[in-house]
This record gives sequence, structure tokens and C-alpha cells, in this order.
Amino acid sequence: MKIDHSLPLEYSTEENRLKILGFWIFLGAEIMLFATLFAGYFTLANRTGNGPTGAEIFEITPVLIETFLLLASSFTIGLGIHAMRLGNKKAMLTFFAVTLILGLGFLGVEIYDFVVYVHEGAAIQTSAFTSMLLTTLGTHGAHVTVGFFWGLFIILQVRKRGLTPETANKSFIFSLYWHFLDVVWIFIFSFIYMKGMM
Amino acid sequence: MDFFDRFAIPHASPAIYASMVAIVLTSVAIVAGLTYFKKWGYLWREWLTTVDHKRIGIMYLLSALLMLFRGGVDAIMMRAQLAAPESKLLDAQHYNEIFTTHGVVMILFMAMPFIIGFMNFVVPLQIGARDVAFPRLNAISFWLFFMGAMLFNISFVVGGSPDAGWTSYFPLAGNEFSESVGTNYYMIAIQIAGIGTLMTGINFMTTILKMRAPGMTLMKMPMFTWSSLITNAIIVFAFPVLTVLLAMGTMDRLFGTQFFTTENGGMDMLWANFFWVWGHPEVYILILPAFGIYSQVISTFARRNLYGYKSMVWSMVIISLLSFLVWVHHFFTMGQGALANSIFSITTMAIAVPTGVKIFNWLLTLWKGKIVITTPMLYSMLFIPLFTIGGVTGVMLGMSAADYQYHNTMFLVAHFHMVIIPGVVFAMLAGLTFYWPKMFGFMLNERIGKLTAWIIAISTLVAFMPMFFTGLDGQARRMYTYSEATGFGPLNMISFVGALGLAAGFVLLVYNVYYSTRYASRDISADPWDARTLEWATHTPVPSYNFAVEPQVSSEEPLWDAKKNGHELFKGEYKEIHMPNNSGVPFIMSSIFFVWGFSFVFSLWIPLILATIGIFACMTHRSFEKDHGHHISVKEIEETEEKLRGA
Amino acid sequence: MKFKWPVLSVLFVIATVLAGCDNRLLVLDPKGPQAATQAKDIMLSIGIMSFIVIAVFALLAFMLTKYRASKQPKDYEPPHIEGNAIVEAICVGIPILIVAYLSFVSVQSNYKVEARPEGYGDKEPLVVYASSSNWKWHFSYPEEGIETVNYLYIPTDRPLEFKLYSYGPITSFWIPQLGGQKYAMSDMVTTLHLAADEPGEYMGRNANFSGKGFAENTFDVTAMPQDEFDDWVKEVKKTAKPLTEEKFNDLLEPGHLGKSTYTGTHLDFSPAPEGHHHGSSDESGKSNEHSEHDSMDDMHSEHESMQH
Repeated sequence: MKIDHSLPLEYSTEENRLKILGFWIFLGAEIMLFATLFAGYFTLANRTGNGPTGAEIFEITPVLIETFLLLASSFTIGLGIHAMRLGNKKAMLTFFAVTLILGLGFLGVEIYDFVVYVHEGAAIQTSAFTSMLLTTLGTHGAHVTVGFFWGLFIILQVRKRGLTPETANKSFIFSLYWHFLDVVWIFIFSFIYMKGMM
Repeated sequence: MDFFDRFAIPHASPAIYASMVAIVLTSVAIVAGLTYFKKWGYLWREWLTTVDHKRIGIMYLLSALLMLFRGGVDAIMMRAQLAAPESKLLDAQHYNEIFTTHGVVMILFMAMPFIIGFMNFVVPLQIGARDVAFPRLNAISFWLFFMGAMLFNISFVVGGSPDAGWTSYFPLAGNEFSESVGTNYYMIAIQIAGIGTLMTGINFMTTILKMRAPGMTLMKMPMFTWSSLITNAIIVFAFPVLTVLLAMGTMDRLFGTQFFTTENGGMDMLWANFFWVWGHPEVYILILPAFGIYSQVISTFARRNLYGYKSMVWSMVIISLLSFLVWVHHFFTMGQGALANSIFSITTMAIAVPTGVKIFNWLLTLWKGKIVITTPMLYSMLFIPLFTIGGVTGVMLGMSAADYQYHNTMFLVAHFHMVIIPGVVFAMLAGLTFYWPKMFGFMLNERIGKLTAWIIAISTLVAFMPMFFTGLDGQARRMYTYSEATGFGPLNMISFVGALGLAAGFVLLVYNVYYSTRYASRDISADPWDARTLEWATHTPVPSYNFAVEPQVSSEEPLWDAKKNGHELFKGEYKEIHMPNNSGVPFIMSSIFFVWGFSFVFSLWIPLILATIGIFACMTHRSFEKDHGHHISVKEIEETEEKLRGA
Repeated sequence: MKFKWPVLSVLFVIATVLAGCDNRLLVLDPKGPQAATQAKDIMLSIGIMSFIVIAVFALLAFMLTKYRASKQPKDYEPPHIEGNAIVEAICVGIPILIVAYLSFVSVQSNYKVEARPEGYGDKEPLVVYASSSNWKWHFSYPEEGIETVNYLYIPTDRPLEFKLYSYGPITSFWIPQLGGQKYAMSDMVTTLHLAADEPGEYMGRNANFSGKGFAENTFDVTAMPQDEFDDWVKEVKKTAKPLTEEKFNDLLEPGHLGKSTYTGTHLDFSPAPEGHHHGSSDESGKSNEHSEHDSMDDMHSEHESMQH
């Protein structure tokens, strides 16, 4: 395998460069996926049938906690990649671990939030609005869950195999994915929660 | 026994029982044959685990042909039922199932694998690459498509076929009006195949953007590669919509959500909108690669470069953008008012402009050429007039006020068949004949091939032209029967004759394969058509690494340059080649997907959970796997090249 | 040139059949102003499109006869031609002109078919609520206070305003000789403007696939002068039984029924989904908590979303 040392480790081989471009294209598809969910949400947001409206069930506190946790995790994974570029494996792994713990915290609060919704009579079967709301949030949550395990596997691999072009590439791609989930959350925060509470 | 009741066919008939027996017998015969000839190992090593784009391409094409016959049988049954008024051949339920599966099979399991098959086989060769960007992912794409197709196809013997039309509009497709598991099959089988297609899109975009031979700038790519790039971009942006849509449909049917229901705020129109936001670009996903094939074939047999290369490229780019802006024309009659209809009417008709440019460019490619009518060229020359008829009726349908009269009638059916058959199917048959020697090392018989082309073209006209008239006379589509008083009888009988002609044409195609396999000469050159692009510059059969030395490119017709202008294609010496390893994981994971889908269809929750775990286990395995591929040594390359040159 | 003759003969056949059938195909035999507008558009587009088809066929035939390899000297080498700005501009320009013209016509017709037909003075339109259920049509005449199943009587020379909705799958209300179709859906009411100019019997049907009984989901339309129509209404009021909620629920059961006539309409106890109770069914017994205002917004946003 040809390794180009003038480039950062994650870009250093042809295969790595292909994977990064491929992942960007995948993120393009993901944008379409969430765009479709948002389009569905905007269409159905007022179709609450006999169920509650957004204003009736949304609460600011858990949403702010979720937002804080996820934004912080996006920052820590950025630090993790920075540490990786400096070749500091230990710092990188620490930041990755913090990222995943923050992600886990996010999931915990989100699950708590879902339980509250269901108790307030906003289950996924209640109305078109609640179906769409919980599907959109759930799709994001499922992405975070998958990301958690993916990140965990990467931590294990970096610990065992060290920083090679391959593991660096995986870590970098994972960081792209994690930032992307953060961006999606910002949209959820602004256009679902903030708009819904106003 | 309650447990097993769910697998029963709700509307069984002797034909279905006969198919069950036939399926069991065929499966037994295949298993017995493989065991008797000791071919299991060969099948596993060379095909099931392969990551070679050429083999994957061939498997796509074989699946597509298989599905062509499945969908074709559906078509014949429909036309037979409608051939005479008040015919009792099929009842309403069977007819509904048949036109539903005909649509799904032909679009998603025939046309899609056909074009993706050609992309797989041709694109890496045409850009001078060793394989696609992600060979393992490519295998996953194929096997997901294959398992999705198989899952869809067992519906008619286990549990019942979907019966809500290929568009599956809610609330008709909801639990209330479609009680059988048929529509679950629709939602889940297409979902599985769709994920595979999305992966293909990502894979080929990366391949084309990053892996072109030195010197091949974007504006020097062969037209088929261009069309593939644009198609895959459409796939990447359109298929996620389908993913979400099908997930919503599945949840409505199985988990009681309220997206498209008639109560609690559900909105049936949302399904129609999302479906066509995916569905219209899907039409261009099919037609653009077909245009690419025609461009290759026409310039090869006009013995001339493609006229207006730049405008060809730009027209495809414009078509791809417009394809996302016209979906409302599939339901002008939904009551969105004159303004919305006017906007979408204009965008729809605007597509005729870039399409027209392409037609004129092909015609101008013939100009001052030296036209040789071979079978692929014959298909292309039949395509132009027939597709023009289909295309101009599309413009007519785009006039929204008039569409109130065409909508949901046989006129529409005639239109899209006159577009898809000459546009896509002719291209696939042209492509198949054209690339056959590269794939299999011998040529298909030209006499039988040309006869097939004529039969298919004339039958297409006979089958579909009458529908324009019955449509204008008030025959709605999807009616399983009509009364004698309507007067639709004679024209429908003509259509039936055309359908039989089409069937005869496809049988003749199979006969041609058989005949040529037996009698055709194996002594052909690597470039039997005197073609112009890189896929013909390597040996036949193509070695696993495609090109021993990376080709150098300086124009959009590198091989033609090499033949006529003394361009040196292969500079430099043999170097060690890095190739990916075969893997059984794609096949195994997709098989688990099949189990997953089947469990989902029948709400078998425990197997579903187990299968889900299995799928994630495969992905985890992939994450931890160390697979650096293998290297082909210079000596090995020399030996292979020596052998192929001698042959 | 063995190839162009089959194509040309097919074209010829199409032309003859079109010319011959002109007055027999339902859509091209309009009996009302909307259908006439549509038939005019259809004939116009067929004309322009035939011109394009013939041009393409002629060009193709010319290229294939002139530049066949068999007609060229053996050593003829086709030239390399990149393309020509003027030729390509023509290839773009002519289609743009044609499409622009057709767009102009199309937009005009859109506003025509979506509005009350003109030329009937200040006659008030007759409002008919046409609702479908599996696999029947219910026609309510709220002003006259009567309802029919599977047949429709209409006065001639007067605008007709159909309010369409569905008890079940999406259907499409279509009377080809009076005008094009429009969907009937369960969560909103769509409006179709028609008018009949000549008395007569017309075919009407559901054009959108709605399940097992779709093929037979038809209704008969009879158009008659206004005074005859008034007589019919009087007759019905005298003879027909009242439509009770119970009876109406029986009628909604899936299946096929013959024609029947009632006094009173189902709109009294099962109103059309006109904005105020989108989707949430009345049968559930729960009253809708949200104000009319909300649902109007809702309808509005629905339209917006469809226009994007």
C-alpha cells in the first residue's frame, strides 16, 4: 500500500481518500433522508387529530440538556481528531470516550423524554403529528445509538492496533458522522422544538 | 394451526398451486444438479463470494432477465384477460395482484438491475479502473437487491401478493383496505432492494469521480460513464426518500402509526407526494443509462464521434435537475389548483427540450457517418422513432388541463410503455448484444438478433398504440374487465396480439442465446465491433485485474485514437497489482436480511430480533476485520497476459 | 431502405384512425365547455406533436438512406465533428418555442377548467356533493334536499359544481364527455366545475384504482333541460323514502349496489370533510378540540406544502 506522508494519516492512502469521499456522498444521502422526514413533519405538524399538540407536550429543560450534551460531544470529538493529528493516542482515546459518554447521556435524556410523551398521551399511534414527531426524533436517536457502538469499536481498535492509516481513517469518518448528527439535532432543536413551543 | 394460517394464500387458484409445485421442483432440480456435478464449491468461490465488478454485473443481468420473464408472464395474463369483454379468465383480485407485481417487478427488479448490471460491467472498464471504489459494498448491493427480489417473488406462493398497484396509494394500501400481508411484502422487499441500490449510487459516484485513468478529465469521459455518474447522483438523492416513505408505510401497517390513515390527522396525499418525489427521478434513473448505451452504440456503428458531446452532457445534467421538480404531474387531478398545476405543467414540458436535444444529436451523429446496421444499432434506430412517439405523448400529458382526461386511463399506460420499452428495454437488449462478446467470449447470432429486434419493435407498436385510443375512449387503467357495450373489445384484442408478439420476441432472444452458445465461433478479437472506448482495449475474456498497465487517455475516444491516430494507450511496465479479496459476508448478511424481511412481513417478532442481531453482527465483524486484499505479482500478470494474447 | 416503410405505414394508420375516430372517442366528443377546452388542447397538441414526429422520422430516414456504409466508398472515413453552435442552438430553440407555446395554452386552460364555466349568464351553479364508498357513488343535492346512489341527474345549460370526497380509498370522479376527472379523498373536499350543453346519457366512473370492485365502480349521468330536472326533483320528493343514518351506513358497506333514490341527504348527519374535521372521524364520538381557526391554517399549510 502506498502511503503518502505529506498528507494527514487519514488521507494518506488512495483507499482512505476513496472512503472519505464515499462517506461524504453517504452523508448527502443522509441529508435527503432527514430532509424527507422534516418535510413530512412540517406537513403533519398541525394534524394532531384527537391527540395533543406540540406546544402541549414539549418541555424546554430536557431539550436544552440534550442540546448541551450533543453540542459538547461534537466539540470533544473535534478535540479527539485534533489529538489524533498530533499523534497523541491517549488524549484522542480520552476525548473519544468522553464523546461517547456524552452521547449516552443524550440518549438517556431522549428516552426519558419519550416515556414522558407516552404518559402524556402522545404515543406513536396517537395522531399523524405524534407519529411523525417520534419517527423523526427516533431516526436521529437510532443514528446516535448506532454511532455509539461504532465509536466504541473504533476506540477498541485504536487501543489495540494503534494509529495506523486505517484506524485514523475510520476515526476521522466517524467524526464526520458525529458532527453530522449534531447538525441534524440543531435543525430538530430549532424547527421542531423551538418552533413548536412558540 | 393458527400460526401456519398466515402463510396460506388468501385467494388460491390452480395456477398458484401449479407455480408452487414448479418452484419446489425447480429448486430441487437446482440443488440436485449442483450436488451431482459437484458445483457447490465453484458456485461459492467464483460467484457467491465474488467482489469482481464484472461477475457482479453478469449476476445483475441474469437476475434482470429472470425477472423480465416473471413480469412478462404477468403482462401476458393481463392482456389475455382484457382481450375480450367480460372475460372470466381472472377474477378482480388476481388481476389486481398481477398488475401490481408486474409494475414492481418490471421497474424495480428488471429495469433497475439491468442498468446497474451494465454499470457494473462497463463503467470500471470504460474509465480504465481495476474495480469499483468499494468492491465489498458492491457485493452487498447486489445481494441485497437479489434477496429483496426473491422476497418479493415468493409473495404469490406464501401469504399472497400485494394488490394495491405498484404505486400503493394509501389508504387503499393500509390495513383497512388491504388486509393480506401482500402489501407488507411490497414495503419490505423494496426497502431491502432499495438500500442495495443506494449503496450502488454511493459506490459508483466515488468510483467515477476518483478512479478514472490518467488523462480522463470529466469532459473526456465516455457518454455511458457520464450517464452513470448522473444516474448515481440521482439515486443518492432520490432513494432516501423511498427509504423514509416505505418505513412510514410499514409502520402504518404494522405498528399502528397514523401517517396515511383516514383518522387522527393522517394524510393520504403525503404518500402520493413522497412516492413521486422518488418515483419521477426513478424514471430518469432508468432512462439516462439507456441514453448512455445508445450514445455508445450509435457512435460506434455510425463510425463517427458523438455529435455535440458537451450538449449531451449538459442536457443530462438539466434532465436530472428537472426530474426532481415535476413530481406533481403524476396527480394534477388532486385539487391543488390552477397555479400549482401550471408551474408543474411547465417544468414537465421543459424536460422535452434537453431530451429533444439528445434525439437531434443522435440524428446528427449519423450525419456524414458510415452506418452499419448490426443488431445493437438496429435497436437504436428503432428506438429513435418509437421513443419519439412515447416522448411527445409525454408532452401531451404534461398539459395539465388535458391531463384531467388522460389521467388514470390507458392513454397514460400506452405513453409510459412507449417510453420505457423503446427507451429502456431496447437499450438493454442493444447493450446485451453489444457487450455479450466482452462478457462471454462469443457473439450472439446477428440474423436471429435482427429478427428479434424487428419482432419486438413491431409488437410494441401493435400492443401499445391501440391503448392511446381506448384511453381517449374512456377505458380506465387497472380495470380487470369491461362490458361489451363500451366497444373496447377489438382494440384490446389487438393489444393482446402485440403482447403475444413481444413474448415471441423474448423467447427468440433466449433461443439466440442457446443457438449462439452452441454454434458461435469462439475465435473473436477483443474488439469485434470496431469500437471506440477503453472497455474494448483489454482482452476477452477480461482478466480479473482488467488492465495489466493503467491506460493513458487524451480524448473521449481513447481506443479510436490508438487505432487511427497512433495514440499510445499502455505506457510503462507491469507492476504488482493490488486486488480485493473475495468474501462470503455480503451473501450471508443479505441472506439474513431475507430472513429479517420475511419475519417482518409476517410479524414474527422473535426471528425478526434474531435476524436484526445477525445483521449487526455481520457489520461488527466487518468493523474488526483486517482485510488488506491480495497482490498479483508481475510474474503472474506476465503469464496471464501471454496466455490471453495467444488465445 | 426496408426500415422506414413499416414506420411510415404505422404513422399512416394512426393518422387515418385518428381522423376516422375523431367523433367517436368519448374524450374527443365533448358535450360541455370543460371537455371542449380539453379536447381542443388535445387536438392542438396532437397536431404539433405529429409535426415533430414526422420531422424526426424524416431526418432519421434521410440519414439512414444517405449515410449507409453500403452506399459509401470503401475507403470513406467519416470526419470528426465536434458540434456546431448554430445547429445546436436550433435544436434547443425550436423545442423551446414549441414548449413555450404549449405552456401558454396549458396555463390558460388550467385557469379555465378550474373556474366556473363561462357563458351561462348569471345562473347559479347547481352544487352536488359526490362522495364515493367501496364501490359506489353517492350524489347529494343539498339545495334540493335529495340524494341518489349510482346515478346522476343534471340540468343542461347551467354550471355544475361537484364537491368530491371519499369514504375510503382515493377515487377519481370522471365524466369524460363533460370534462376531466378529479380525485375524491377522505380528508378534504375537492371541487370540480363542469357543465353540460346537450341533453343526453353520459358515462361516469371512478377512474382511480380503489380495490376489488373498481372495474364496476361506474355511474350513469343523465343531462336534461332545467324544467325536466325540476320535475324530477319534485317527483323524487314525493315518492322516495327519507335517507336515515342507519340506511346510509348500510349503503357504505363494501359491495356493489343498484341505483336508489332518497329524500334528505347524508350531509346532515355525516358532513363532508370541508376543513373543519380533517381526518378525525366523527364516528369516534370525540369532539375535535381544536378550533376552526387551527384547521384552516392546516388546510393552508397543506396547500403550501403541495406547491413546493
